[in-house]
Amino acid sequence: MSKHDVNNVSDAASPLLRTEDEELLTGWGRTAPSMAFVREPHSIEDVQTAIVHAGARGVLARGLGRSYGDAAQSGGATVLRMPSMNTFTLDPATATVTADAGASLDEILTGIVPHGFFVPVTPGTRMVTVGGAIAADIHGKNHHVDGSFGSHVTSLTLIDGTGAIRTLSPTDMLNSNEFWATVGGMGLTGVIVQATFNVIPIQSALMSVDTERGTNLDELMAKMIDADARYRYSVAWIDSVSTAGRGVITSGEHATLDQLTSAKRSTALVYDPKVVATAPKFIPGGLINKLSMRAFNEAWFRKHPKSRAGDIHSIAAFFHPLDGVQEWNRVYGPAGFLQYQFVVPDSAGHVIGEALARLRAVGAPSFLTVLKRFGPANPAPLSFPEKGWTLAMDIPTGVAGLAGTLDGLDELVADSGGRLYLAKDSRQSPEMFRRTYPRLAQWQEVRSSMDPHGVFTSDLARRLQL
Amino acid sequence: MIDALGDPQSVLVLGGSSEIALATVTALPRNRINRVVLAGRASAGLTSAVEELTKSGIKGVVTAEFDATNTASHERIIDEIFDACDIDIVILAFGMLGDQMEFESDPNLAVQIATTNYTGAVSSGLHVARRLRQQGHGSLVVISSVAGDRARRSNYVYGSTKAGLDAFAQGLGDALQGSGAHVMVVRPGMVRTRMSAGLPEAPMTTDAPDVAKAIIVGLRKGKHTIYAPGNLRYLMGVVKTVPRPIFRKLPS
Ligand SMILES: Cc1cc2nc3c(=O)[nH]c(=O)nc-3n(C[C@H](O)[C@H](O)[C@H](O)COP(=O)(O)OP(=O)(O)OC[C@H]3O[C@@H](n4cnc5c(N)ncnc54)[C@H](O)[C@@H]3O)c2cc1C
Ligand SMILES: NC(=O)c1ccc[n+]([C@@H]2O[C@H](COP(=O)([O-])OP(=O)(O)OC[C@H]3O[C@@H](n4cnc5c(N)ncnc54)[C@H](OP(=O)(O)O)[C@@H]3O)[C@@H](O)[C@H]2O)c1
Repeated sequence: MSKHDVNNVSDAASPLLRTEDEELLTGWGRTAPSMAFVREPHSIEDVQTAIVHAGARGVLARGLGRSYGDAAQSGGATVLRMPSMNTFTLDPATATVTADAGASLDEILTGIVPHGFFVPVTPGTRMVTVGGAIAADIHGKNHHVDGSFGSHVTSLTLIDGTGAIRTLSPTDMLNSNEFWATVGGMGLTGVIVQATFNVIPIQSALMSVDTERGTNLDELMAKMIDADARYRYSVAWIDSVSTAGRGVITSGEHATLDQLTSAKRSTALVYDPKVVATAPKFIPGGLINKLSMRAFNEAWFRKHPKSRAGDIHSIAAFFHPLDGVQEWNRVYGPAGFLQYQFVVPDSAGHVIGEALARLRAVGAPSFLTVLKRFGPANPAPLSFPEKGWTLAMDIPTGVAGLAGTLDGLDELVADSGGRLYLAKDSRQSPEMFRRTYPRLAQWQEVRSSMDPHGVFTSDLARRLQL
Repeated sequence: MIDALGDPQSVLVLGGSSEIALATVTALPRNRINRVVLAGRASAGLTSAVEELTKSGIKGVVTAEFDATNTASHERIIDEIFDACDIDIVILAFGMLGDQMEFESDPNLAVQIATTNYTGAVSSGLHVARRLRQQGHGSLVVISSVAGDRARRSNYVYGSTKAGLDAFAQGLGDALQGSGAHVMVVRPGMVRTRMSAGLPEAPMTTDAPDVAKAIIVGLRKGKHTIYAPGNLRYLMGVVKTVPRPIFRKLPS
């Protein structure tokens, strides 16, 4: 019933009525929704107004909602989505981009690739905003070489909890602590409205890609360590069904002009990512099961040659294969899914095989199991990456016994000196989080100076008692 | 916050010493629970409920003073509880059964259970709904009864309070539909608790842990109405169609 209908009956304002701007929000995994007042500010002043007039449930910035769990939602709060704060400029002389926080990497790539530049870090989807990229301090296939997104930001503008505008930079001693608390700070230090970051020069919009199969996990991991030194970009897909832990490593570089045929050279910087399909709106639960997963994993492994070098692929095919299918997160059905992503130090490589085995044992099928190597961490206290191995698995939430299995894995990860990625988390305990992010207190101190009245909060912050 | 796997962090029980509610709290996945508020009238039963839940390993169990008939206090009490932290699951469990024969000889007693079971639930239920609505998430579990499905000679005062409660809770669920907050109505048959102690057993009588299990499954599935045991739905479907002259003569 709309407010209007009820008003015909009575003029009293019921606290149960819905208003036009309320929306049920979830993360990409489509679990645990909560209702919020969604506003779309058009200017810095709009953002300031929203913060100054925040209700008791506070304010949170949201990007494109590509975090899997509850990071970008906050029940009862004002959630600021900023699709119209999306302008950006490229300065080719300094190889930097200055972008509004609502600009997506998709928009930015479309703008800068034809000019011979590429973003310093891209996740497995280009449908993320600059704000979300900084707040989660995202990593890409080049982390072992280039680090995470925050390491390439030279300055950012943020509205703090009092509504004041702050310009933060990693090199300014007066505010570098605030800068690093914002990088990886999951929107809890303020609303980022603009950022300047370095971009990298490229000669073509194409990738030169080498593929190698590994018939078991040890072989795969050894080949990955070897690939570290040779490639800027590298990642492995693992067949989560196979007990051996076989997989496929794809590594690559931006293709240089001399790697291209003369036909391709003339269109080297043409960038045209295409959406191939949209997943159907309604998919019954249970479509993703052990059988379909086995078939998928088998086909994926077979599709890749034992080893091949110098294939030329598009940027979209190499970095963002899933963006070809819109709303693919619906294939998991109404119960939704989660992604379990952890990092452990190099010395705890055995945790990878153990995690795969335990999830196989409860019959948690994973389409997408991705193994990557991280380089060194940056100074951000809540940033996820640190030197070592990171494994990410997509798992439907309906699997029986999943909660206990993942709690057990948490223990193992924590005991090994590792941790979980907040942008993917939707279920760890506050104790697990506190134990594995030992610099939490340091971050909280900076955060309370930036948000003295506790305006910024999220469902994730409430769940983990941040 | 409830997490992606449906595990709650906080629970509020109105009628904090109810055996059905305590069985439910005990059966909930507890790895994430850090707050359980047992709201009820001060009693030895309430105190020992805190001790028992705590002893069983549940964290953060506390009590709050709550009397269903003191409706003037509901707003303050419920606001205080929700101000302290978000509540993922509220179980509205208080209720009295009473004795039909006594009600007929002393209608004041009937008024008392009507006030408790119906008026008290309308008052506290609306305050809870307002707070769930404000926090944008959470479930309200209302313990109704099959006795509300059809009035019986032997307990029609109780039955009518549950019929009223049930209709209220259904409507409240509709009011909250799509708001992130959710209402689930539970219609148990006879359950072996102190409330039913001494009464002759009806068909399909269950124990509190069985009802608890049904509640937890229902919550996971986002159900609006459940029977406990589930098969009672069909039996009550038939019972509701029996003509009154015949129904009156059925053994109670
Ligand atoms: C298919 C897929 C693949 C992915 N691959 C990777 C990967 O390879 N590497 C990786 O690191 N991540 C990956 N992710 C996760 C994704 O990169 C991050 O969750 C990212 O933060 C999403 O950006 P967003 O704009 O959608 O932000 P949202 O998900 O909307 O928000 C994420 C966080 O950022 C905060 N935030 C958003 N905007 C602002 C702002 N303007 N100011 C302050 N805070 C803000 C939010 O409050 C929230 O805490 C992947 C996700 C998907 C769906
Ligand atoms: N047992 C059954 O066969 C059965 C069947 C169908 C439905 N139900 C319903 O299930 C619910 C729980 O019952 P139960 O079986 O768990 O029995 P129970 O243990 O007797 O629980 C009833 C609870 O209601 C509380 N209560 C009564 N009056 C109150 C008031 N004025 N203010 C606050 N609390 C009050 C009682 O608290 P005190 O300790 O202070 O009295 C007790 O905690 C009830 O609503 C009942 O109607 C029961």
